[in-house]
Amino acid sequence: MKHLLTAKQLTRDEAELILDLTGQMADAVSGREVPKLPTLRGRTVVNLFYEDSTRTRTSFETAAKRLSADVVNFSAKTSSVSKGESLKDTALTLQAMGPEAVVIRHPASGAPQRLTQWVDGAVLNAGDGTHAHPTQALLDAYTMRRRLGGIEGRTVAIVGDILHSRVARSNVWLLSKLGARVRLVGPPTLLPTDIDDWPVEISYDLDASLRDADAVMMLRVQRERMNDAFFPTANEYSRLYGLDERRLALMPGHAVVMHPGPMNRGMEIAADVADSPRATITEQVANGVWVRMAVLYLLLTNGEVR
Amino acid sequence: MTRPVLIKGADLLGRGRADVLVREGRVAEIGTPGAAGAEVVDADGLVLLPGLVDLHTHLREPGREDAETVRTGTRAAAKGGYTAVCAMANSYPVADTAGVVEQVAALGRAAGYADVQPIGAVSVGLAGERLAEIGAMAHSAAKVRMFSDDGHCVADPRLMRRALEYVKTFDGLIAQHAEEPRLTEGAQMNEGAVSAELGLPGWPAVAEEAIIARDVLLAEHVGARIHFCHVSTARSVGIIREAKARGVAVTAEVCPHHLLLTDAKAHTYDPVYKVNPPLRGDADVAALRAALAEGVVDVVATDHAPHAPQDKDCEWSAARPGMLGLETALSITVAALGGPDGADWDLVAERTSRAPARIAGLADHGRDPEPGTDANFTLVDPSRSWTVDPAALASLSRNTPYAGMELPVTIQATFLRGRATVLDGKPAETAEETQ
Repeated sequence: MKHLLTAKQLTRDEAELILDLTGQMADAVSGREVPKLPTLRGRTVVNLFYEDSTRTRTSFETAAKRLSADVVNFSAKTSSVSKGESLKDTALTLQAMGPEAVVIRHPASGAPQRLTQWVDGAVLNAGDGTHAHPTQALLDAYTMRRRLGGIEGRTVAIVGDILHSRVARSNVWLLSKLGARVRLVGPPTLLPTDIDDWPVEISYDLDASLRDADAVMMLRVQRERMNDAFFPTANEYSRLYGLDERRLALMPGHAVVMHPGPMNRGMEIAADVADSPRATITEQVANGVWVRMAVLYLLLTNGEVR
Repeated sequence: MTRPVLIKGADLLGRGRADVLVREGRVAEIGTPGAAGAEVVDADGLVLLPGLVDLHTHLREPGREDAETVRTGTRAAAKGGYTAVCAMANSYPVADTAGVVEQVAALGRAAGYADVQPIGAVSVGLAGERLAEIGAMAHSAAKVRMFSDDGHCVADPRLMRRALEYVKTFDGLIAQHAEEPRLTEGAQMNEGAVSAELGLPGWPAVAEEAIIARDVLLAEHVGARIHFCHVSTARSVGIIREAKARGVAVTAEVCPHHLLLTDAKAHTYDPVYKVNPPLRGDADVAALRAALAEGVVDVVATDHAPHAPQDKDCEWSAARPGMLGLETALSITVAALGGPDGADWDLVAERTSRAPARIAGLADHGRDPEPGTDANFTLVDPSRSWTVDPAALASLSRNTPYAGMELPVTIQATFLRGRATVLDGKPAETAEETQ
C-alpha cells in the first residue's frame, strides 16, 4: 500500500491489519510516561490542509508526533495558496522538501489522487470533497470493534446527508467489507442517485431503521442545505431525521450512537443524546489518533520496523 | 496560374477508383484524364472523401491565443481532414457583433488551412438576456447563418422563441447547447453510479433532455429550424427521432468522445476527461452510435475545445471542460459506424461532410467530386491505424482524451480549393491567402 486514498481501495485483510495495528498503537503508547514511539524518527510528514479542520489536522499531527516524525503544517490560509497558487505548484514546492508523507484535506473530490502524480511520498487522504475520508471510517470501525466486540454481522444505520458526505461513502465500503450490514437513512433528496450497486439497504424511515441497529451514525447536516431545497426547514429535518431521546429508546440496549463531528446539537442529534453514555463521540476522537498512527506507520515503513 | 493536380487511383467515397484532375481549384475531370504538367498525387489504396466540415469548433481566438489560434486550430482541422470549420462564438470578446465575426473569418482566410465560418452569439455576451445583433452578423461579410450561445444554454424560453423566429428572415438556425442550468448547478460529470461513488456533483441526463423536448416544441410552434449541439443521451435521441418523424425541422450533432468514451474515465480524476455535456454511460454510447448510423443524429461535430495546460493540470472541479477533437474525429467516426473494415464511406461522408455543410449553408463544401465543384477533399488511408501522441498534434493544446490509444484510419492529404493543406500526413508549412 503506497497511498491511502479511499476506504474502498482496502482489502479486508488490509483493513483488519490497520485495525489490529491501531489496537497495538493504543496499547504501546497508553502506559508510557512519555507517550511516544521512535518509529518514524527523522521522517517528515506534511499536513496540507485546504479546509479548516482543526480536529482532523490536530489528530494527524498528534499521531505523527507520537511516532516521532517531524511535522510541517501547510495551511491554505497562511500559505501562498490563498494567493491563487495551483495544487500542482504547491505539490511541486512540497516535493522539493522531500516529505515522506503528505496528509491532504481538500474541498475537491479526487484532489489526493491528483496529488499522487506530483509528489513521490505517500499521500494520505484526510478528506476530499464529498468523496472519501478513509481514516474517519477506520476510526469508526475501530470504535465499533471496541464497543460492539466486532463488526461482522452488526447492523449500522448511517443517517442524514449521505449525498454530500465523504464519511458516509467511506463507511459504506469499509463496514460492508468488514461484514457489517449497512443501512443508509435519509430523505431521497440527500441520497445519491444510482446507488443500486452499493452494498447497502436504503430507508427513508428513521424510526423503523433503529429497532435492529447495533450502531447509528449521525451525519452533520448543514442548515444551509434547506436553502437549496434539500429539505423544507431545519425543524422539519430534525423532526424526521434527528436522533432524540425517544428514538434512542427504540434502539437495542447495547447499541451505540456515533457522530464524526462537528455536531449540530438540536439538528441531527439532541444534546441529551450526544452527552449520553451510549454516545461514542469523544471516544471516536481519541481512537482517531491511534488509527492515524497505524496508517502512518504502515505507509511509511511498509510494516517493516516494529 | 497554379499547377494542375492529378490525384491518381483514389477510391471515390468507396464507389470505385478513378483519377481526379484539379485545375484552378476546381475538379476539371474524373476518370482517366491525361494531365501533362500536372503535379501527381499517388492515391493508390486511399479513399477520397469530400473535405470534412465541422459544425462545432472552438478556435479560442480572439482572447485565448495561449490555448489555440485560428491558425493552429485550422491547421489541426486540415490534419484531421477538414476543409471548413464553424467557429463557436464564445471568444473574448464574444462573437456577438459583426466586427468580431468578420475578424474571425478574416483570420481564417489569412491562415489558409480551412474555411472558417463564424457562428454568432444568440444573446449579448452569451448572457441569455437579450438578443445579440443577429441581423448585423447575418448581413456582415462573414454571412453568419448559425447562432449559438454554446457553453451556455439559451435557457429562457421566451428568448429562445424569439431567436428561433428572428433567424427565419435569412433561413438561419439556432444551435442550442441543451442544458437546463438549474439542474446542473455545480455539476462536474454525468449523474449516475460513477458520480455517486466519486463524490462529484452530477449532471443529470434530464437536464439535456428537458431542453431538447422544450425546444423541439418551440421550433415546431414557430416553424423554425433548430439544431442541437453535442447530443449525449439515449433519451435525447428518442425525442429527436420522434420530432423528425413529425416533420419538425430539427438536426442534431454528436461528438466523437460521446461515441467512444464513458463516464468510467472519471475514476482517474484526470480532468482531460471533463467535458460538457459530460461523458455518459455505455447505453448512451450505444444509442448515439445507432442514431448516427440511422440518421436521427445528422452529423459528427467535434466540439474541439483546446485548453491551456494549467486549466487541465489541476483538480477535477477546478478544470475547464472540453477536449481536443479535430485530429481524431474521422478515426472515431469510422470506428463508430462499424469500420474500418467494410466501412460505408458514403455514410461517413454524409455525416462528416455533406450534412454539416448543408446545415451550415456552406454551398462549396460537402460536395462529392464532380467536374466544376470546388476541389475540397481529403484522402484517407483506411488500412493504416495510428497511435495518438498529444505532443505530435497540430493543435496548440494537448488536452486529448485519446493519448496512447490506437485509432483506425489516417488522413494522408487534404485539399482546399485544389491546394494541399496536408500532404503525406503533414500540414503544409506555409499557408497563403486562399480566397
